[in-house]
Order: sequence, then C-alpha cells, then structure tokens
Amino acid sequence: MQLTNEIIRNRLTEKFGESLTEWAEPHSLLTFTALREDNLKILTFLYDDDALGFRFLTDLTGIHYPDRKGGELGVIYHLHNLVSNVRLRMKVFAPVEKPDVYTATGLFASANWMERETYDFFGVNFVGHPNLKRILNVDEMDYFPLRKEYPLEDQSRTDKDDAMFGR
Amino acid sequence: MSRPVRFNIKEKSTQDKGINMVDMPEGHSGEGFFATSLDKVIGLARKNSIWPLPFATSCCGIEFMATIASHYDLGRFGAERVGFSPRQCDLLMVMGTIAKKMGPVVKQVYLQMAEPRWVIAVGACASSGGVFDTYSVLQGIDQVVPVDVYVPGCPPRPEAILDGFMKIQELVQNESLRRRNGTQYKALLDSYGIQ
Amino acid sequence: MSDHHNIRLPEGSIEKTTTTLNLGPTHPATHGVFQNIIEVDGERIVKAESTVGYIHRAFEKIAEHRPLSQITPLTDRLNYCSSPINNMGWHLTCEKLLGVKTPKRVDYLRVIIMELARISDHLICNSIVGVDSGAYTGFLYVMQYRELIYEIYEEVCGSRLTTNIGRIGGFERDFSDTAFRKIEKFLNEYPSVLKEFEALFTRNRIFMERTKGTGAISAERALNYGFTGPNLRAAGVDYDVRVHAPYSSYEDFDFTIPVGTTGDNYDRYMVRNHEMWQSISIVKQAMRKLQDLKGDDATVWHADAPEYFLPPKEDVYTKMEALIWHFKIVMGETEIPAGEVYMSVEGGNGELGFYLVSDGGRAPFRLHFRRPCFIYYQAYPELVQGAMLSDAIITMSSLNLIAGEMDA
Repeated sequence: MQLTNEIIRNRLTEKFGESLTEWAEPHSLLTFTALREDNLKILTFLYDDDALGFRFLTDLTGIHYPDRKGGELGVIYHLHNLVSNVRLRMKVFAPVEKPDVYTATGLFASANWMERETYDFFGVNFVGHPNLKRILNVDEMDYFPLRKEYPLEDQSRTDKDDAMFGR
Repeated sequence: MSRPVRFNIKEKSTQDKGINMVDMPEGHSGEGFFATSLDKVIGLARKNSIWPLPFATSCCGIEFMATIASHYDLGRFGAERVGFSPRQCDLLMVMGTIAKKMGPVVKQVYLQMAEPRWVIAVGACASSGGVFDTYSVLQGIDQVVPVDVYVPGCPPRPEAILDGFMKIQELVQNESLRRRNGTQYKALLDSYGIQ
Repeated sequence: MSDHHNIRLPEGSIEKTTTTLNLGPTHPATHGVFQNIIEVDGERIVKAESTVGYIHRAFEKIAEHRPLSQITPLTDRLNYCSSPINNMGWHLTCEKLLGVKTPKRVDYLRVIIMELARISDHLICNSIVGVDSGAYTGFLYVMQYRELIYEIYEEVCGSRLTTNIGRIGGFERDFSDTAFRKIEKFLNEYPSVLKEFEALFTRNRIFMERTKGTGAISAERALNYGFTGPNLRAAGVDYDVRVHAPYSSYEDFDFTIPVGTTGDNYDRYMVRNHEMWQSISIVKQAMRKLQDLKGDDATVWHADAPEYFLPPKEDVYTKMEALIWHFKIVMGETEIPAGEVYMSVEGGNGELGFYLVSDGGRAPFRLHFRRPCFIYYQAYPELVQGAMLSDAIITMSSLNLIAGEMDA
C-alpha cells in the first residue's frame, strides 16, 4: 500500500501518542516535534518498522530560536524512505542551559559528522557521540557562532573604517 | 569617447613572423662577447623560469587549472613546472579563500620556501577576504605573509592571472641581487614575525 | 602488520610498527584543502583520520544576513565546478517557498544549463582521476572543451566559473542566438572528444589495474553513510533526485541512470562517464523541445512573478507599478511567507539539499545546505582501510571531493 503522510502519522501516534506535537505538512513534507529524550527511540522505530522503513538520513542540522524558552536549540532530522520515496522531518528541542540530545550515530553512520557540525555551530551536546569535537571552526574557538546572539563579522578587526561601511 | 587602441598597433616587419624574442639587456657587445651587468642577466634568467607553487584552495584554483591548461597556457612564460614542494619553488600562488584555520599552514609553507621567493595573492578572497567578511575567514593573506602582487577578481579570468604573473615577472627581472639581505627586507619580515 | 618477522627490535625499545603520515591540507593543487592523518604499515594504510574545515566560510551564517537573491552568489561557491546547479537549486528552493511557478521554456533552459554544468563537473573529476594515476594528457585535452562550456556560461550570464545564473522565477535575460549557436557547437564537437577520452582510460590496462577493486564500498554501507549521487550509484543503488523528485520538468526527458556494482573507483569513473553521455542526450532533447514550443511560450524567459522578479528597466522608468515593484524588491519590502521548505537537486556529487526556514523577514531565519561531499567524506577512512597509499590518493580523487562544498 502506498505510504502516505496519514499512515505515517497514525503509526507514530499509536506508538508514541501525545508526546509528538506540532504536526504540520509544509509543502507536503510531514513534520512533527518530539520529546528530546525520545529522539533515538523514534528514529529506531522509523528505521525498523517495515511499513515505515525510513532508512536514509538525508540531513541533520540545528536551529536556534532565542524566543522559545526551554527549547531554544533544536535538532532537525530529515529522513527519507527510498523505496516508497517519502520524506519526513522530525524536530527535537533542548534548552540552551543543558542541550543534551542522544546521538544517532549508532543507527546512521552519516550522523557522525553532521552532529559534530551541529555541535560546532550551536553547542548541542550529543550524548554518546564517539568523537564530539569541533569540525569546521578552529579548535580553540570558545563560542558557538551560529547562535543568534553572535555577530557575523569578526569583531577583532581594527582595519575597518566604520565611516566607509555606513555604520 | 572611444578608448584609444593600445595593443597590437606596431606594424609588423616582413621578417618578423610573429616570433617574439626576449629583449637583450643593455650591455656592451663586441666580437664574440657580450658584457652586461650580473643583475640583468640573472633577472632575465629568473623571470623566464619561475617555478610556481599553486596553493589552490577554492574556486580560484579551478581558474588556475584553466590557466595552466592549453588554452591560456602558463607554460609560455616558463612556468611549466608547477611544483608542490615549497623547498623547490619560487612563487607562492595563493588562490582561494584562506580561513583562519588555514592561516598557519600558509605561513608554514611560506617559511619553508627558500629565498628569493615571491607571493601572488590571486582572487579577492586571498587579497582581502573577498565576499566573506565573517568570523572564520582571514581577511587577506597579507595578514600572515608579505605579498608582492594582488590579482583582484572573483574569480579572476585566466588573462587576469596571467597579467598578475607578468607583473611578478617584472618584479623578478628588476630586483636587485642584494635586496634579500638588506635591512628594509628584514624589517618587512620582522613586521610579520618571520625571522 | 606481522609481515616483517625478520625484524627483531632490541629489548626495551618502543615497538612502533606503523608510521604516521600527514596527507594535506596542501595537496598537489587539484583537490582542495582537507587533511588526512594516516597510519601506514609499510605501504598499507592501517587507520585514517580526516580533518576538514580549512576553508570554512560560514555560508550559513552569512545567509542569515542577506536577502534571498543575494544568497545566490554564495551558493555558487559551494560546488564551484558546477555552480549553475547550485544556483538553480537555490532558485527552485525560493520558488517552492514563494509559490512561484515557472513556465516550460524556463524549465528547459534550466535543464540545459544544469546538464552542461554536470558535464563540466564530471569532466574535472574523471580527468583528475587520470592525472592522479599519472595520465596528464586526458586532463589537458578535455579542459579545452570545458572552455567551450565556460563560453556558453559567459554568453548567458557574463561569468565563467561562479556564475550566479538565473533569478527567482527564471533568467535575467533571454539566451542570445550566440548562446544557442555555442550550445550547438558544443553538442557537435564534444561527443567525439568524449569518445577519445574514453578510449584513453576505459579499457586501458594500467588504469583498470589501478582503479578496479580499490576504494570499494557496499550498497548497505554507502546508504548508511549517506552517500548520494554517482558514488552511491556506483555502489548499485539507483537513487537520483531527478527521477525520484523531478524538478524543473525533468519528467519530460528520457534518460537512464547508470548504475555500477561494486562501488570501487572504476565503477565511479564509469558511472560518471555514462552520466556525461546521458547529459549530452538530455541537452539535445531540450534543444529540440525548445524548438517545439509555440507562440508566447517560445519567447518567455521568466515567470510572471512581479513581486520577486525585477521588472525590465524601460518599464521601471515609464510605468508606475513597475517602479513600485522595483522599489519594493530592492528595498526588501516584498512579502516572504513564513515557513520552512526543504528542496533538493541532483548536484554533481549527489543530493544537494537546501533547508530554508523563513520567519517572514527579508533574510532567511536559518538556511542549511545539505552538502553531499561533507556527508560522504566520512566514509573515507573505511574506504582506504587496508589499501595502499597510492590507492588512497586515487580513491580521494574519484570521490570528487570539492572543498568548497565540504566546508561551506
């Protein structure tokens, strides 16, 4: 039977019930938010279940909502069922004081570097990751640059003439 | 107003089949000998046999590949042998964005080169950081190494890279043999923290 | 490890059977900057550890400060060997978010540009595999034809490499007759060149011995590692975004997806080679389809989306609404709907995805590039496990690692 968003939603709610919130289908891609503790459980369920079979992790990235208290840092998973050609988006949110999220590297080898990148940019601590250190930025960097409070430009530059830059 | 024509306006003589010979340096010639100053001979030899070290990091590297390919041949200028070992090369061609993580590597490669050495910064990113005014990009390699020629462009056309290379050739030809031991050059290196 | 029984070290010496080598970040020009620290036992690699980030330019952070059309030049610099594909992918993402529908002619023109970009990307990869195994001639020969592709880009958009081709909704100007003539010239001359290039490598005994059996990966491991594109197809999985989620009217075209078996370097070379033949056929079909369009369809080069596509300058100077649209677009007062969209295109290396979260403001709230190179480079230590050092070099170049895409 053709795998539709309805079927996915029904199977997920019958297994995980009310813990899945914020169901939406922007541009017909089923999206939901899960509790941070359940992320590995849900990913494993989506992988093992034969009817769902989301066995390809397309993308893993982070996001920072400074206004969403208690869940500022988000980790967003894009999954793909290659056989039925259906995509799925799962989000989990963690507070910025203690951004611990279980790692998906046991399930998908591709999550390794993608989680390192999310750690590098946002500071999300992936519990159980084999090698969680910075990947793209210099190792000595002490802040997480893609969080909204940090500026784009390098603040230590002395050669910029503010008058010329319109500041 | 139309721009005046600057190139290819000299009448070619009938003997000249379009073959360009390198100009002879000024000197005194007689029967079977030619005397000129050592500077000029060495300058002439060096400029037509520069061995570049392509330090290609990003998009400008692909334009460099187009420059050394047969269409815009860099080998015409004597730079046929691109070397990858700093110990053997004269010209460090930095092409592409240099991130702060890569800065120490550029400096290390520069230190490993033997005198006389020249540096050409190809592209906007190597010259001044380019489009990327961000926390992770070095705003120009002249923050870490002294640069002789800057080639702007994003990426510069192969003709522009060749133009920059020809300017390096001018520098090489006219450089005094004592420059590298002089105080001014030492002061320049000191300003970069290079001994 | 224990092949050297005849070597006996004196008592108390620190027995180290492997040598640690540093491969990179300054490679012989062609590859880009990434580093590998490998431990070799004689000639065999025991362990490899990769470091990337030497050209991290913080694209995702820059994108949060730029309006949508100013992000196109950033996407150019992702996979700079085939930058039109990145540009088109970004335009398609914006069009998906904004709900702009492009006419057929725009789609066909986009297909032509994207397939030419794919040819130029695969040409670099295959010829560099040749260079790394010692065969420099193929590279020099095909670079001549890449120059023809560059001339086509120049005719369309003005730039050779980082093209910034197209706008949201179409192209900035119609393709001129010279552009079509150049495309015809390319289509006439290139197939014979590709045949000659193939003749140099495909059944060349030395090349086959170097590339067959090295750098192999099975389909399950490849899927687990998130491989997409020619590398995945060489392992046997026929996943191609152009077929699974057709965009820009790819469903109108008739092409096959070449698939390999073992996923080794030779299969990757062959998959890319066949993809180039398929691309030539797609461009030919697109040129024919363009001629079949009639009437208004045959002259349009952008969608009818005045909120996002700059009106022509003559109208801006003479008509009131065009002036208002122009002002609103440039000053950033057009309506960008809030929401999130994920759009992917088949780049030269695989599924290039754009995850765009918009909060209604001028610049995206968050833009993430799903970069295929970054994801499949993680598999490199596994690919070279137990291989010889020279095989590791060929594996690195046949994976088509573009540093700009890896680090973004």
